[in-house]
Amino acid sequence: MGRLRTSRVLPGFGLSLGYTLAYLSLIVLIPFSAVFIRASGMGWDAFWHAVSDERVVASYKLSFGASLLAAAINTVFGLVLAWGLVRYSFPGKKLVDALIDLPFALPTAVAGISLTALYAKNGWIGQYLEPAGLKIAFGPAGVLVALIFIGLPFIVRTVQPILEDFDTEFEEAAATLGASRWQTFQRVVLPTLLPALLTGFALAFARAVGEYGSVIFIAGNIPMVSEITPLMIITKLEQYDYKGATAIASVMLVVSFSLLLVINGLQAWTSRRLGSAT
Amino acid sequence: MTAAAATTPLAHSASARRLEASLATRDPGWVKAVVLTVGLGFFAVFLLMPLIAVFLEAFRKGWQTYLAALVEPDALSAIRLTLLTAAIAVPLNLVFGVAAAWAVAKFDFRGKQLLISLIDLPFSVSPVVAGLIYVLVFGAQGWLGPWLSDHDIRIVFAVPGIVLATVFVTFPFIARELIPLMQAQGRDEEEAAVTLGASGWQTFRRVTLPNIKWALLYGVILCNARAMGEFGAVSVVSGHIRGETNTMPLHVEILYNEYQFAAAFAVASLLALLALVTLAVKTFIERRAKRAGAEETPT
Repeated sequence: MGRLRTSRVLPGFGLSLGYTLAYLSLIVLIPFSAVFIRASGMGWDAFWHAVSDERVVASYKLSFGASLLAAAINTVFGLVLAWGLVRYSFPGKKLVDALIDLPFALPTAVAGISLTALYAKNGWIGQYLEPAGLKIAFGPAGVLVALIFIGLPFIVRTVQPILEDFDTEFEEAAATLGASRWQTFQRVVLPTLLPALLTGFALAFARAVGEYGSVIFIAGNIPMVSEITPLMIITKLEQYDYKGATAIASVMLVVSFSLLLVINGLQAWTSRRLGSAT
Repeated sequence: MTAAAATTPLAHSASARRLEASLATRDPGWVKAVVLTVGLGFFAVFLLMPLIAVFLEAFRKGWQTYLAALVEPDALSAIRLTLLTAAIAVPLNLVFGVAAAWAVAKFDFRGKQLLISLIDLPFSVSPVVAGLIYVLVFGAQGWLGPWLSDHDIRIVFAVPGIVLATVFVTFPFIARELIPLMQAQGRDEEEAAVTLGASGWQTFRRVTLPNIKWALLYGVILCNARAMGEFGAVSVVSGHIRGETNTMPLHVEILYNEYQFAAAFAVASLLALLALVTLAVKTFIERRAKRAGAEETPT
């Protein structure tokens, strides 16, 4: 009861919470419920038919497969990059650090056309890769490249603060006890970073699954080969198949919510880990 | 004081220079060389090159083509619509962000954690799905579709739909910058002000606002960058009517699909410039916050 009294010293509770709830409902919750209400109203057979269509299933495989692979690649290189940024001093470090967030700030369509220009067969990178038999643009590999681009900052920015905060006493203790640098990294540093690495991986994966703008230009969008799931929603909409689009969207939403739960769990684990470490 | 210390993790962490000087934390020279080569090489190929390519492609056919692409009527109308959209979406989400952070940080109530999760919801949704939900509500076959067409109001495939979709995808930006900061700052200062006779508005303006101004600015520039650059959600609700419902990113797409590459990259270069300015302001604000944090906690 005492808590209640002190909290009411400040004015504006009703106004701020009321406004928050009204705005949240109007912009997010009510439109959002439309997807599930529409999907539940369409009947199981029609729903199943829409979400298990051959072309749609191929798009799940590409979207989830490429997203997993991109997140895994980014986890490795993101850790290397974060380590370099925290542990070493080198010229241009501040610039590199600032530009890591580029994929957050650069509009996805701009990233998409730029990556396509680079990896097309007459592009800076494509001209060397295509003769070597590596076709990146206008195929599944292009999807992967775009997803690597948008996912990289998630890993760096979750690992970097943990690494900066890492108490060097542990490494000093390990060194005193005769461990080599590699042993120290493997047994002392890596276990501490593990929750952050997993969180970064999950964040990058979640973003990649829903990504649209940076992918569609470079993907080539060949049915059964290089169509991502968000594109399938657009395709259904263009055919005025609103039910099909809604069904696929509800599948994506269930995946997004599950990932959100996983990420929340991982973040709780991270803060528990760090809390007990100090 | 403890709250302030907890929010400034950098205050006690060692600098890279010190880490490299200590025997226990120094990596062998070849490790440093390999880590930096691999890390920076990856950075250069995946982040730096796409950025540089935008500008080089934009100027490939010279200044005149570049400028012509920007002053062409459809491009100008796309720029205008993008500015208009951001000018509506950012203030709306600013007011919401402040209200939500005030409610969450200054009061106790049930379901607070759920509310915070719901505010974050738009971040975890694919932009395409975000566009779709507005088509399902306002589209011709949507919930309000028949009513809207009876009253001759167009939302989807018109400017209001573009604004709504943009508001949705930029919804959490400012709130999520403010909530953790205001929670860490607590309520003592505001409660003291109110006890001393300040009105609610005075308390907010003189006590809260100075404490949160950098986080607020930070949230605003991130929100603005996303509002101007959003593609997927806007693409679904826009209808792609040239000169009417095309924002800058959509205009880039149209030009690109028409093989007008130099023009597409010219418009794209404006957006890339916006991204660079955003990153510069962000870095500046972070440095300030870091310095302020270091001053507060004596080391």
